[in-house]
Amino acid sequence: MKVKVLFFAALREQLGTSGEEIELPADVTSVAGLRAHLMQRGGSWQAVLADKKLVRVAVNQEMVSPMNPIKPGDEIAFFPPVTGG
Amino acid sequence: MKVSVQREDFDLGQEVKALSKNAKVGAVASFVGVVREVPMALEHYAGMTEREIGKIVEEARVRWQVMDCTVIHRFGELQPTDRIVLVAVASAHRGDAFAACEFIMDYLKTRAPFWKKEERAEGARWVEARAADDEAAERWQR
Repeated sequence: MKVKVLFFAALREQLGTSGEEIELPADVTSVAGLRAHLMQRGGSWQAVLADKKLVRVAVNQEMVSPMNPIKPGDEIAFFPPVTGG
Repeated sequence: MKVSVQREDFDLGQEVKALSKNAKVGAVASFVGVVREVPMALEHYAGMTEREIGKIVEEARVRWQVMDCTVIHRFGELQPTDRIVLVAVASAHRGDAFAACEFIMDYLKTRAPFWKKEERAEGARWVEARAADDEAAERWQR
């Protein structure tokens, strides 16, 4: 399936991209699966996405836990803990 | 209810005036966050930011009597003394206005997807989330 992946703030800078459309293998069906899939790219992907405490995830603009399922067309955003206000 | 995520500055007087038009309003409590000492760039997740703030406002309305409310959060390049954020709540009485204003501000800091990057002399650095902000939001659950 195809999903849209977005990266913000420090993650965006460290990965060198603000996001991409990505075609996922059939066995990737959750946020945790997507994250593991991206980490397989190695290098900064492995390093940046490894720290579970510092990476938050939203699916279709709602905060979710790692076990949250994903479906075709979803917008999945990875970002650090927020610091607004 | 007004939620705005914008580059432009805002006028506190004008926003408070707009919230005071209803003759049943007896109190408007407002908070203004200001850039302290260090220039910064604020990034946000357009779309989700507005939704999260909207949800926080709705939660405040369940807890307190909120007759009207304005939340404005800026993004982009900001300098020391620039205003960053406004939360203003109109209610019949001050108790509800004060409490709802503080609640919205506390939750905004931990839930709205904004990120600050400080432009320091020694180089730019992303601001780290503070445990004190999480605690401030959590105390409303007790």
